[in-house]
Amino acid sequence: MPKVTYIEYNDTAHVVEVPIGLSVMRGAVNNNVPGIDADCGGECACATCHVYVDPAWLDKTGPPVPGSQEASMLSFAAEAKFNSRLSCQIAMREELGGLIVRMPQGQH
Amino acid sequence: MNTQLHDADSIPLEAIDVSDPQLYQDDTWYPYFERLRREAPVHWCRESRYGPYWSLSKYKDIMQVEVNHQIYSSELGGIAVEDQPVGLERESFIRMDPPKHDEQRKVVSPIVAPANLAEMEATIRERTIRVLDGLPRNETFDWVERVSIELTTMMLATLFDFPWEERRKLTYWSDVAICNVRDPVAPVHSEQEKFDEVKKMAERMAELYNERAKQPPKFDLLSMLAHGRATQDMPLREFMGNLTLLIVGGNDTTRNSMTGGLYALSQHPREYQKLRDDPALIEKLVPEIIRYVTPVIHMRRTATQDAELGGRQIRAGDKVVMWYVSGNRDPDAIEDPDNFIIDRPRPRQHLSFGFGIHRCVGNRLAELQLRILWEELLPRHPVIEVLAPPRRTYSNFIHGMRSMPVRIPMH
Repeated sequence: MPKVTYIEYNDTAHVVEVPIGLSVMRGAVNNNVPGIDADCGGECACATCHVYVDPAWLDKTGPPVPGSQEASMLSFAAEAKFNSRLSCQIAMREELGGLIVRMPQGQH
Repeated sequence: MNTQLHDADSIPLEAIDVSDPQLYQDDTWYPYFERLRREAPVHWCRESRYGPYWSLSKYKDIMQVEVNHQIYSSELGGIAVEDQPVGLERESFIRMDPPKHDEQRKVVSPIVAPANLAEMEATIRERTIRVLDGLPRNETFDWVERVSIELTTMMLATLFDFPWEERRKLTYWSDVAICNVRDPVAPVHSEQEKFDEVKKMAERMAELYNERAKQPPKFDLLSMLAHGRATQDMPLREFMGNLTLLIVGGNDTTRNSMTGGLYALSQHPREYQKLRDDPALIEKLVPEIIRYVTPVIHMRRTATQDAELGGRQIRAGDKVVMWYVSGNRDPDAIEDPDNFIIDRPRPRQHLSFGFGIHRCVGNRLAELQLRILWEELLPRHPVIEVLAPPRRTYSNFIHGMRSMPVRIPMH
């Protein structure tokens, strides 16, 4: 099963197996990884599963689709950067095995 | 009250009108929504004081409208089931759609960014301690006045960098802005009077705003509005509207959660004891309070086009009301929703802050204030006796609590 490394704001890393098809958000929540709140439960409606995708992985995850609900929600997130994504919108695929994401200081 | 409880199940479905503010003042709304969720989750009320409207009572239908702001507009008709009075409208970014909403919201949202919240924490804690240490013992006092209003007013004064000695004006303006003018105890009794008071507020704020426009930008709401490109040349009505939004949003909701949280714990003594035994539960207590209290009763949208929702046909121009009070009590979304349970596995999954692009800007600040209140309250005053239920506000929009008598027993 592919693995994802979640790195908290304080640099604590969590390596978790995430089944294909499950979202990167769900992988964190199901394994009690702190730093991803996911208040809306994956509806792309709250931006509290905000992560920074490790730049080396950006090609594979891609950016948010311009004009999408994700892009819109991210535009309100505190401290959004070029590599920001909502982790509920990244579905796990084989080629994402080894993905590294970092969490912001807080989820807003 | 009993006749109403009986009514909820016997009156014809189409006659149910949950927009009656009396239901919220009397706290008798529960059975009506129970029936709507069961029999008509997307319900058409043909006649009401506010005209015809759709009621959404289920969590998932509310969520669907929240994330479809292209179809369900905040700008077309505003955010309350009651339209703003013609000729006295006050624009604000919560009543706008993109792109203008986005531009204005982004001007003020940095005030509650994580780094800034971390900086505010010490100030909030120090004030909370001072307020709690000053409470009388063995004497009946009003929790709303002494704690909820006091703490949230101080917070507002800080957010606006408003003159400290004038800070109770902020509370007054907030009460004016949200009151129902038909309520006999409301601070104003006509829409014109309300408009005039809000205008006075805007004039006082404009003095401060103009000073700050000349100074270098700093981290308070007036300075941010004065220096923000999307907000620096607002017409008077829009200035009035946005200030009202920030004052009510930054004050009233948290105030009522501070009162409603204590009330909920007093009604659920086992949960209160669980909290005393394990204060680490505060982290989950806070979102549970916010769900259980649901400080904003509803938000309204207006359909921009025909659409299907929960099997019903919505027509362009229809009013669509999302009843957060009901979605937060929907058993299909939240287990055992009528119970107040302070150790729920997913307590943050509730509708009280709204979802989508209009989600509450200050949600983390609200949580921070409530967390600090309970962290400082428990060691100081582990027992607070609530002597009577809160007196509630006559409103179908803000779930207000005007007073609640309490007593802290001698140790």
